Amino acid sequence: MTTRIHVQRVSKAFGADGRSAPVLVDVDLEVPEHELLCILGPSGCGKSTLLNIIAGFIAPTSGRVLVDGAPVTGPGAERGVVFQEYVLFPWLTVAGNVEFGLVLKGTPAAERRRITTRYLELVGLAAHAEKFPVQLSGGMKQRVAIARALANEPAIVLMDEPFGALDAQTRETLQDELSRIQRLEHKTILFVTHSIREAVYLADRVLVMTSAPGRIKRVFDIKLPEVRDRFAREFTDYESEITRVVKEEVAKVHE
Amino acid sequence: MGSFVSSVPDLMEWGLRGSAPPPRRAWRLRLVAISGFLALWSLVSGVVVVLHLFNPIFLPGPWLVIGKVLELGVKGQLWAHVAATMQRVAVGFATGALAAVVLGILAGHVRVIRNLVEPIVELLRPIPPLAMLPLFIVWIGIGEASKVGFITYATFFPMFLTTVHGVRQIDPLLVRAAQSLGATPSQLFVRVILPAALPEILTGLRLGVALSFFVIVISEFIGAEHGLGYLINDGRNFFLVPQMLGAAIVLGLLGYAGNALVRLFERRLLRWQSR
Repeated sequence: MTTRIHVQRVSKAFGADGRSAPVLVDVDLEVPEHELLCILGPSGCGKSTLLNIIAGFIAPTSGRVLVDGAPVTGPGAERGVVFQEYVLFPWLTVAGNVEFGLVLKGTPAAERRRITTRYLELVGLAAHAEKFPVQLSGGMKQRVAIARALANEPAIVLMDEPFGALDAQTRETLQDELSRIQRLEHKTILFVTHSIREAVYLADRVLVMTSAPGRIKRVFDIKLPEVRDRFAREFTDYESEITRVVKEEVAKVHE
Repeated sequence: MGSFVSSVPDLMEWGLRGSAPPPRRAWRLRLVAISGFLALWSLVSGVVVVLHLFNPIFLPGPWLVIGKVLELGVKGQLWAHVAATMQRVAVGFATGALAAVVLGILAGHVRVIRNLVEPIVELLRPIPPLAMLPLFIVWIGIGEASKVGFITYATFFPMFLTTVHGVRQIDPLLVRAAQSLGATPSQLFVRVILPAALPEILTGLRLGVALSFFVIVISEFIGAEHGLGYLINDGRNFFLVPQMLGAAIVLGLLGYAGNALVRLFERRLLRWQSR
């Protein structure tokens, strides 16, 4: 299997001199094609910072990130991003948002419509194509954001706590949908979350980070069937094992 | 006119909010209010005539004023004055809007430009524009150029500042989202910065329209041969009070129409803001 993302000894520190507040220390990571990798960790552990570095929004203090062998120097269409805060273009309709990347690329209108319809159907919003974001619920907005990222056909998708702002019910529904979409699309996905349950439900691998400054603490291979049952014995076993490891780190924060 | 504009802050407020599109009942109330006002006005001017309080030439009744407007309209003189004023407002406002929006977007987007332009604007802005009118006349003369240029100058500041603010308040995540979808700097500009700043830009334009009518009258007092401001000043010279009031009313109606036009644009362009 080919490696899509290569994170090589990435460190990041904020502050005036660029070293006063270390956030990430020596993170090494390889993400193979078609993998859904969840990054877990206590708040402030730098998991979102890592995602922002891979997305190209911020530069690492040292080290580098390669995507398909090419170093990341800024944001780009081959790395789609889904944000926690939905971030739809409010002046565009649902369809307009989904086809945004295709318009930028100059995809012909007929093909644009075909792709847009396909992804709107995939997230179950075909009936809402002409609505504006202000008319949608949080869950619907995030479905649009996912469809927008996927329709642009990126090599990898970076998701930064995408379901964090949703209520518990909607959250599980969207986890089900993402899991179904991933079974169909086989994308390479980096998914930041602070929900252990969510990570075990979605991930092929779960990466647990230490409390600040963030390092990789442990990586779990989730050997569960593609379609998962949140109440199965094996599922809850993973959940409690990972909870134990995460708790060690949370406890450190409170010391 | 929808509201009485007595001071610059009032004018700003009016330009910012405009009048809300009223439902049918509000329309009826308005009709009652306007008829009541006209009745009161008629009564007062009638009392003045009957009781010989002062020379009735100073306060003609509303019918005399409306009659004067209609007379000027039928004779055709009115249209030349309206056209002169409207042309000055249109050219002056359009130039000011273009300069303010282009410079405002650049200043909002590029820090170097902002740091260069903002101190100058902050320096000139507190000077009441009317204080600069005599200077404009000294520099450019009393012809069309100084009148049009003066509107451009006066309307530039509020429109520039709202545009800068509109660009600066854009959610940086929108920019990131667009970049992650592959937007080049110029695509970012056209497809994200411009539409995201549009609501504030349009608010600025509404302010600019209101200010245009505010300043044109005064510049038409000086060295003009046409225009509604000239008509008022000419009326003053010859004690033609109906002509003065008539021209003022026409100005009010034009200002109201200008505001309504920008609001129409807003409703069209900002459809996405409402449910």
